[in-house]
Amino acid sequence: MSTVLLLGATSDMAVAIARKMAAQGNNIQLASRNAARLAPLQSDLKVRYNIDCTVHEFDATDFNLHLSFFESLPVKPDITICVFGYMSDNKVAGQEWQESAKIINSNYTGAVSILNIVANYYAEKKSGVIVGVSSVAGERGRQSNYIYGSAKAGFTAYLSGLRNSMHQYGVNVITVLPGFVYTKMTADLKLPPLLTATPEVVADAVASAIKNKKNVIYVKWMWRWIMLTIKTIPEGFFKKLRL
Amino acid sequence: MKKKIANWGNYPVMESDEQLFSFDDQLQKLVKESDHFIPRGNGRCYGDASLSEQTISTLKYDKVLSFDTKNGVLECQSGLTFDKILEFIVPKGWFLPVTPGTKFITVGGAVGSDVHGKNHHVDGSFSNHIVEMELILSDGSTIICSSIQHADLFEATCGGMGLTGLIIRIKFRLKKIETSYIKQKQIKAQNLDEVIRLFDEYSHYTYSVAWIDCLKKGEHFGRSILILGEHAKVDELPEKFKIDPLKLPAKKSIPFPINLPSWVLNSFTVKLFNFLYYGKNFKREIKNVVSYEPFFYPLDAILNWNRGYGKKGFIQYQFVLPLESKQGLIEILHRISDAGLGSFLAVLKVFGKQESMISFPTEGYTLALDFPVRDGLFEFLDELDNIVLKYGGRLYMSKDARMKPEVLQAGYPRLNDFKKIVDQYNPKRKIRSVQSDRLLTPQL
Ligand SMILES: Cc1cc2nc3c(=O)[nH]c(=O)nc-3n(C[C@H](O)[C@H](O)[C@H](O)COP(=O)(O)OP(=O)(O)OC[C@H]3O[C@@H](n4cnc5c(N)ncnc54)[C@H](O)[C@@H]3O)c2cc1C
Repeated sequence: MSTVLLLGATSDMAVAIARKMAAQGNNIQLASRNAARLAPLQSDLKVRYNIDCTVHEFDATDFNLHLSFFESLPVKPDITICVFGYMSDNKVAGQEWQESAKIINSNYTGAVSILNIVANYYAEKKSGVIVGVSSVAGERGRQSNYIYGSAKAGFTAYLSGLRNSMHQYGVNVITVLPGFVYTKMTADLKLPPLLTATPEVVADAVASAIKNKKNVIYVKWMWRWIMLTIKTIPEGFFKKLRL
Repeated sequence: MKKKIANWGNYPVMESDEQLFSFDDQLQKLVKESDHFIPRGNGRCYGDASLSEQTISTLKYDKVLSFDTKNGVLECQSGLTFDKILEFIVPKGWFLPVTPGTKFITVGGAVGSDVHGKNHHVDGSFSNHIVEMELILSDGSTIICSSIQHADLFEATCGGMGLTGLIIRIKFRLKKIETSYIKQKQIKAQNLDEVIRLFDEYSHYTYSVAWIDCLKKGEHFGRSILILGEHAKVDELPEKFKIDPLKLPAKKSIPFPINLPSWVLNSFTVKLFNFLYYGKNFKREIKNVVSYEPFFYPLDAILNWNRGYGKKGFIQYQFVLPLESKQGLIEILHRISDAGLGSFLAVLKVFGKQESMISFPTEGYTLALDFPVRDGLFEFLDELDNIVLKYGGRLYMSKDARMKPEVLQAGYPRLNDFKKIVDQYNPKRKIRSVQSDRLLTPQL
């Protein structure tokens, strides 16, 4: 039985991943800024899956506390899944630095800060799995979403380098690119069903990527080809598109 | 953004702004900021009870809060669905105290409609098993109620179609089981008289329901198959099941691909019934041991079977008549078979005694069948309503999308008490549905 640390545990995707990992018999550590919100999920996981589950206060953007957070965990996790992130209107973020900073810190800086700590621990132990949920938005910047996209691009590059450096220690690093996901955040959008995953499908993909020691996964296979196509569009043409 | 929603009958379809929430503070904010809404569970009621231009969906609010495995008491958030509950209670030797014919409903919806199952004559409806529940009222305040605490609110919430407030948390008692299997007995009845006699003869069985052929006339008018069941004890199981007596059924379901013209579904059910009824191996009575899944949820195996009634949707018509009104049942069945508008199969069940303010079940015969929406249907159903009322019966709001307010008023003698409580806890009817606008508002 392994212990799984879930960083950012209040999103629909996090709930689905927590349930999937718990269903496989893992103990779960739920970490989030608003720990009080996690009590129902904690009881849910314990009752439904007969596993142990603890709740921890964790703020991705409060970098100074990351080390003490990790050190205070009662049991060190075997698997760390980084699910937190923050997206908001690109226009607003373009006008207000506070908003941009929040996007960058939640999606990139905060993730680097905590995963450095986890990675150092895993390197020393010579075992462990790190999963980072990044985004296809990080594959190429688009006018509608480039502040979020650039932070995720940074995160994707970080995960790629981390994977490279952790390989020698037998630590597996997985990048998850979900594409569109049906969540409370996207409930108002009309999403193309073929390209959109439910949180449960994302959770299944994460669990199987861990089991099969994958490197980079697109939850819906089509995204790999879509992003490949988007990345090959010449910049001179791309910059004229309204994307 | 608005999206198109409908309940199980696909009638009516409407644009609605559906809001989701996961946490109490989010819900509080939604309720306070909304000018009106109706709580919505999994949309398995057939008509317009959980429809409105603004709905608050509980589907992401689905956590188990506690489970006392010794005494069989479960506490959960209202958006948790029965299929998920079965997955963890059955292996621990517990079962739902009452379940409708589908497991894809939320606990909140089970209370809102005060659902009944095949065991109504023995165990009553769902509300009979509630220890307590907590609601959020239209002003955003929360309140705990039970049969002894704020009993008026409790009574009006059970079967109250979401109109008193949004149920957030429910604590209810489960039923102890030794195995996940059902000892089933199926008996063929030649006609209506016989099936009614059989219901009586087998009333000691925990579960009973009959499939009845609505079209047959003459000597075989009302021919049926009575289905009886008991939770099997370990020593009643065939050897191969004894290894894992609380085993969960394998998950399998076939999606129903597209909307079909309604005769396709009807001819399928005709064939199915005839197969069971006339099948060579089918003696008058058969007994076997089956998993709970096919016994309680035969229709769930075909996801979206409701699409089989075509694009225009259908109405499920369900009424109950007092026991002394057998004549009414005969009259209605004749009308249905003469009109030829309805489905071929109907479900017949005998309810036990129940005193309640607004819940549907009351002692008597209840019949449910489907009518694809088409010209002339609503006029025909109005005529049926009159017969139902003439014999002292009533209709099930959870299936309804068209009844007139007078029909509700005449069928539910305590309707005015109900309205008073709704007005007290939900002033100005901030919580309202298309159905409540149709049925309750005109008399204000
Ligand atoms: C195949 C099939 C078989 C069925 N068999 C039976 C049967 O045997 N017996 C029976 O009784 N019913 C039966 N039903 C009907 C079904 O059980 C009820 O309509 C049930 O209420 C549906 O629950 P839901 O979660 O889908 O809620 P919805 O359909 O979304 O809502 C139903 C009602 O409950 C209210 N409600 C939902 N959640 C809350 C909440 N949290 N707080 C307050 N109010 C709420 C809604 O406002 C609405 O009035 C059947 C339905 C189907 C599709």
